[in-house]
Amino acid sequence: MNITVQFHPIWLRINHWLNAVAFLVLMSSGWRIYDASPFLGFRIPSSLTLGGWLGGALLWHFAAMWLLAANGLAYLLSGIVSGRLRQRLLPIGVTALLSDLRAALSGQLAHERLDHYNQVQRLAYLAVILDLLVLVLSGLVLWKSVQFPLLRTLLGGYEQARRIHFLAMAGGGLFLLLHLLMTALHPRTLLAMLRGH
Amino acid sequence: MRTPPTASRLDLSRSDRADLLAEARRLLPSPLRRHLLGSSLSLGGLAMLTGCSLSGGASAETLLRAVSRLNDDAQAWLFDPSRLAPVYREADVARPFPYNAYYGVEQIRRVDDRNWRLELGGLIAHKASWTLAGLAALPQDEQITRHICVEGWSAIGRWGGVRFSDFLKRVGADLGARYVGFRCFDDYYTSIDMATALHPQTLLALSFDGQPLPAEFGHPVKLRMPTKLGYKNPKYLAEIFVSNVYPGGYWEDQGYNWFGGS
Repeated sequence: MNITVQFHPIWLRINHWLNAVAFLVLMSSGWRIYDASPFLGFRIPSSLTLGGWLGGALLWHFAAMWLLAANGLAYLLSGIVSGRLRQRLLPIGVTALLSDLRAALSGQLAHERLDHYNQVQRLAYLAVILDLLVLVLSGLVLWKSVQFPLLRTLLGGYEQARRIHFLAMAGGGLFLLLHLLMTALHPRTLLAMLRGH
Repeated sequence: MRTPPTASRLDLSRSDRADLLAEARRLLPSPLRRHLLGSSLSLGGLAMLTGCSLSGGASAETLLRAVSRLNDDAQAWLFDPSRLAPVYREADVARPFPYNAYYGVEQIRRVDDRNWRLELGGLIAHKASWTLAGLAALPQDEQITRHICVEGWSAIGRWGGVRFSDFLKRVGADLGARYVGFRCFDDYYTSIDMATALHPQTLLALSFDGQPLPAEFGHPVKLRMPTKLGYKNPKYLAEIFVSNVYPGGYWEDQGYNWFGGS
């Protein structure tokens, strides 16, 4: 008998790849928007950006934001209702995390089971979920700062929200780099995210 | 036989493309340039010059502009006519306040106040034009609010003038119409939704920081709305009209979002 175990249900794989597309579009168009007024004192090379000019980048950014938000909402709801988020990402313990982190840094951390995340993975995945949440909330303040007074105040005002939005982008970008590196080291995980097993 | 130097030939053609592109940028008039380069180049690009996916770029642009129309509706839905933009203290005012327009400082238009008239058109009952003195004689209001530019930067400024809702009522504008349009004597034009036109902080501004509106900020009269991005705040007003036909705008016609709320 040949039973294929599905590690990632189809809805989750769709969530994952839509999120990847939305994030890349938002990041690259966001870089072009940043370049219109580079408040951190450096420019991002325009060859890395999306949109061709500020207006084009804004069109991409304010279209992809709906994809990121709707897809993220669907992911969180289905993950909470199915119990998958809790099962896969919790618990995280300090001792276990430190031990897994030490093992990971010395190249000793095993990835033999695709349906079981080690402590470092759990932390990384939870962190990127929180990071995307911060990106969306700070993005709302930038998009409509007058219409979200509570959120604006919580984030310290419009100008502060710009910096938070940029930092959260950088956090997401850092996650993406590590994520791609780990996928390159363990190509089986890429296969699983494509075909489910 | 030696194999042809594929790599270097590719590099050459890539640099040729860059040159071609720079040439195209110079030659195309700016609205067309933005239309063409707005989406096709964005997709990583130069697809336009490869000659095979111009239609792909054009359909991406069509889709993105359709989403932008939906974003207009989303913003109109989010817009609360009674929610005020935050106000600041006089010490918070940016001095000097940044200048920004679609042209440089050296091209700023100047008018003689005595000859300037504000024309009214469209669905307005009393279309008599207004002088600067006439506007200055109306009850004046003042606000210290944050101006947010579409480029991302922001600056706090202090504007004084006539509440636009008072003005629209006084001239008998059709307040149930959809759009208020603006024509400016620097050839800029834009339009806004009636809900924003009637917002209590929407101001027909005659002054900046206690002085008559300076030339760089739209002398003699501009429209000031802290609930919209900078490009929606027209300077150098020449005509105001009320309409149910979508009037567009200088930047909006090139791809900026029409509602442009902040």
